[in-house]
Amino acid sequence: MPLDSTFTGQSFKSVGTRPLRPDGIDKVTGRAKYGADHNVAGQLVGRILRSPHAHAKIRSIDTSKAEKLAGVKAVITAADLPDLTNGDSGMFDILDNCMARTKVFYDGHAVAAVAAIDAHTAKAALKLIKVDYEILPHVTEVDEAVKPKAPILHKNCFTEGVEPKPTKPSNIAKVTEFGHGDVEAGFAEADFIVERNFKTEQTHQGYIEPHACVASVSPDGTGELWVCTQGHFVYRNHCAMLLGMDVSKLRVTSSEIGGGFGGKTHVWAEPVALALSRKANRPVKLVMTREEVFRASGPTSATSIDVKIGIKKDGTITAGSAELRYASGPYLSMWAELGAMTSFACYDLKNVKTRGYEVLVNRPKSAAYRAPSAPMAAFAVESVVDELAKKIGKDPLEVRIQNAAKQGTKSSYGPVYGPIGIGATLEAAKKHPHMSAPLGPNQGRGYACGFWFNFGGQTCTDINVGQDGTVTLTVGTVDVGGSRASLALCVAEELGIPYNQVKAIVADTSSLGHNDMTDGSRGTFSSSMAGIFAARNAVAILKERAAKMWEIPVDDVSWEDGHAKAVGEKYGNLAPLSLKDIAAAAANTGGPIAGHAEIVADGAGVSFATHICDVEVDPETGRSVIKRYTVIQDAGKAVHPTYVEGQYQGGAAQGIGWALNEEYIYGKDGRLQNAGFLDYRIPVCSDLPMIDTQILEIPNPNHPYGVRGVGETSIVPPIATIANAMSNAFGVRMTHVPMSPPRVLKALEAAAKS
Amino acid sequence: MQYEAPETTKAAVSLLAKAKGSAYVLAGGSDLLVRMRTGFIEPDLVVDIKRIKSMSEVKKTATGFSIGAAVPCAALGENKALVKAWPGLVEAANLIGSKQVQGRCTITGNMCNAGPAADSVPAMVAAGARAVIQGPKGKRVIPVEQVAIAPGKTSLKRGELVELILLPERKPKSGDAYLRFIPRSEMDIAVVSAGVNLTLDAKGVVTSARVALGAVAPTVLLVDAAAKAIIGSKLDDAALEKLGAAASAACRPIDDKRGTIEFRTKVAAVLAKRAAKIAYKRAGGK
Amino acid sequence: MAVLVSTTINGDAVEFACEPDETLLDVLRNRLGLTGSKEGCATGDCGACSVEVDGRLICSCLMLGVEAEDREIETVEGMADGATLHPLQTKFIEHAALQCGVCTPGFLVAAKALLAKNPDPSEEEIRFGLAGNLCRCTGYDKIVRAVQDAAKEMRGA
Repeated sequence: MPLDSTFTGQSFKSVGTRPLRPDGIDKVTGRAKYGADHNVAGQLVGRILRSPHAHAKIRSIDTSKAEKLAGVKAVITAADLPDLTNGDSGMFDILDNCMARTKVFYDGHAVAAVAAIDAHTAKAALKLIKVDYEILPHVTEVDEAVKPKAPILHKNCFTEGVEPKPTKPSNIAKVTEFGHGDVEAGFAEADFIVERNFKTEQTHQGYIEPHACVASVSPDGTGELWVCTQGHFVYRNHCAMLLGMDVSKLRVTSSEIGGGFGGKTHVWAEPVALALSRKANRPVKLVMTREEVFRASGPTSATSIDVKIGIKKDGTITAGSAELRYASGPYLSMWAELGAMTSFACYDLKNVKTRGYEVLVNRPKSAAYRAPSAPMAAFAVESVVDELAKKIGKDPLEVRIQNAAKQGTKSSYGPVYGPIGIGATLEAAKKHPHMSAPLGPNQGRGYACGFWFNFGGQTCTDINVGQDGTVTLTVGTVDVGGSRASLALCVAEELGIPYNQVKAIVADTSSLGHNDMTDGSRGTFSSSMAGIFAARNAVAILKERAAKMWEIPVDDVSWEDGHAKAVGEKYGNLAPLSLKDIAAAAANTGGPIAGHAEIVADGAGVSFATHICDVEVDPETGRSVIKRYTVIQDAGKAVHPTYVEGQYQGGAAQGIGWALNEEYIYGKDGRLQNAGFLDYRIPVCSDLPMIDTQILEIPNPNHPYGVRGVGETSIVPPIATIANAMSNAFGVRMTHVPMSPPRVLKALEAAAKS
Repeated sequence: MQYEAPETTKAAVSLLAKAKGSAYVLAGGSDLLVRMRTGFIEPDLVVDIKRIKSMSEVKKTATGFSIGAAVPCAALGENKALVKAWPGLVEAANLIGSKQVQGRCTITGNMCNAGPAADSVPAMVAAGARAVIQGPKGKRVIPVEQVAIAPGKTSLKRGELVELILLPERKPKSGDAYLRFIPRSEMDIAVVSAGVNLTLDAKGVVTSARVALGAVAPTVLLVDAAAKAIIGSKLDDAALEKLGAAASAACRPIDDKRGTIEFRTKVAAVLAKRAAKIAYKRAGGK
Repeated sequence: MAVLVSTTINGDAVEFACEPDETLLDVLRNRLGLTGSKEGCATGDCGACSVEVDGRLICSCLMLGVEAEDREIETVEGMADGATLHPLQTKFIEHAALQCGVCTPGFLVAAKALLAKNPDPSEEEIRFGLAGNLCRCTGYDKIVRAVQDAAKEMRGA
């Protein structure tokens, strides 16, 4: 069955091997073209003018002087991006974020843009634009924004999801609730209850490549956009809608992408570049500076989370509840909702209740960041689980094993789990040599679990067989970290041919049907499923062609190991035909050979991990060093294990940075103070140890090869893992992230005094 | 912007003195180019000193070492005699930015940038380094601690530039060390820092010392009280405690994105003590 | 006013005209089509624009184009010898030391400079030697392993 996604438990020849990636040489020689590496004839330089204020009314914008400057070819404001969203509030928010309309909502909010013949002229033109602001009171902190007297961002924001509907506006845009059972009854059964507040500061994905695009719009309404993105089809849809273009007349090409981690799933400057090009009638290249990336793309939420968990002396968790406030920037999003869904997902709980509050603040629009919202919730819950285990005198790992979710568990967010890996990762951690390695002075060891959903979604994939029998696999999911190799492996497997016979490429939006983003760990999961289905469709055609070549009924043809075979003794004289043989004859048997698949990839398997970490803290300075780190995660099936390891290591490293040093720092004036890699401190090479990985394979029953998404879960446990390690080293419970030296030193001193 | 790369100090002084509008000296450029890029400054004239031969050498002299203003920090680490004599200073110079930045940046630029957190400056101050300044009115030589007068401001007058840094001759049984606190292991600006330079007698008693602190005041501090705390001691625990207390007492830091007053004041003591121990060991103390 | 500059890039004599305030990185990328060097920050904090000038590792975002007069510049585009990749390039691919790959040119240039100075570096020396190059994808593990393996091969061990 071509479209049957059931896992069959087959053995593999290609899948699970570690071949070289197809884009490797381009990337080590400097040939690979990223967002800013593309140029077209006659292009202009685009630059954006940004608000220096956190919150202000735009009284007027005078662009006349900038327009008169020699070399300036277009100046735009919100007036050049009229509202065509037709009541779609989500799209309106995207539009308003791309170019402020009546108010600016954060330091860095775009207010105008220019296109000029060179960078000097563009820069000079920005200085000539005069914006008259009426500065308004602002609020940047999540716990301040929910207070009754906080400055209100939107006068028409009445909290959704509560009954009765509020009559006064507030900064709480929406409340969502998940859970089951009776938590009050559960807490009454508990022998111990721990209730704590946890805070996490805002962090950025920190991809090394700033956002970049080249936009070209013609007077006939057609356009082209070259852009670094995690989802060029979604960018096309959004840009076309915001600019009033026909979707099919805007061709979007995704460049090689220099990291995204969720941050390149939203349009930021692309509609602006298109609007500039439309006005100037010339191509416009727009590249963000690093400062702009920090100030005006989308970091993840700052949070404040109240967690309460009850436990019996025997280790049974009786109830868990959480109130999660996630800063969303100036616009409604679903970050608190995701936090509320994921917070207790690792556990099999009779009584659980979570409420998520989407809180509007004068900071940039929050965007997805790798397993968005889960790391903060896991930090809060996993810290309390550790503390409870200590209270009842049990090993925290054993308490987790005892309460772990399993197949058949009703998850805290609703669905009942199929086969899942949380128990297996915990058991593997227990047996891991890391657990019994000796610790040095001032060192502590911690562990924590993490969960992420993984998405499926719309996917469209083509397979085309060349006349020499080599195969082009055309996908529409952007390759962020080696997925072209993984997808080629799956198609080689299905066709029964060597990996080197398949070349995978990412097509532009005019060459393939719609594909959702590479987000939610869906790239390899969904495109491999579509690729396998496309290969099955191609095999059906290959069999027909072989039948024609042999002049026998197609039902008598089977496909094995990359060859058509005639089934039956009567065909004893017919030697198998290879894919190459059939391809060579294609012109005479019906023309080109191809396979297509257009699917909604259902059945993404959820993913779990357990991490172990040894941390050493300098008791005199509060500085922490990660001495050893181990990631254990379920991959379903690791298609290319080296790249799976890479995902585990990369997510852990980001989580370590988040835990220790990364944070957005705002001044009292509401301005971002550390919009650069000098003071937004992502881990450098000498900050980290080798990161050990252990891949578990608990097949996803809903994927032909058992594949689960692997990209995101690895960032979920690190914060809690490190906090727990510090607690085990010094008896201090860190509740505010990042656990930077001043915070740790203060906690150590407080602990020493008490 | 006009770019000039003169080949003599005289020509450089002349260019700077005659400049209309804003003029800047380009040594390594690791601060200057960042400030240009971010629009913080828009120079009318940039005078690149890297083609001036006398400014591009490290020389052993009769009275110590002379380090040209255009010598990149990486080159200091490659000079074995300098590393042997002034290991603390060389370490400080090779903590600035990254290997890439060290390929360009200079201790003179670090000093003239006048940042309170400049890594090489506490080490230079502890070492008793002096700056040779050339200007329209000739040459003058001042102690390094007199170059920066406020964050971003120096005592250099219009048309003046630093030509050389002079390090004194290394006395026997001497050692220096520099430590900084940063949250990461590399690539950060010092949150607080300490440079210690000391000389011992035959019995291991500290006979002279200089202690400098960075990032705890508007300029790098030379803390006499901290030096006095260890002079006459064998760096026993009591002397170290006094050193730490004197270091903390000298701090006048600010709260900013990189650290708090409380943290800087405490850690200044920790680093002063640790740096003193390293310097003591390097001087042959036990 | 643009200035005419004569220099050597990857062994080739090159002439270009640039504005005096343009960085070497901008010249390489925008005027000479050498887009292998990347701009990740423009402040010397990420190392993606690493090149060697007269044998010294630098960030090309922190050098003016006009300073290149009479210098010898090596970029990532000059690392391979024709079709033969430099051992570091080969090992980076083999070890999957890149995911997105945008930091890779800078790492390769920096690692080459590191191994030229220290052919047998310890893990710690590699980590500190490459601390000026940010990678956000890999957690550095596979990068360090690739450099170790390349060093071993280059030593003929």
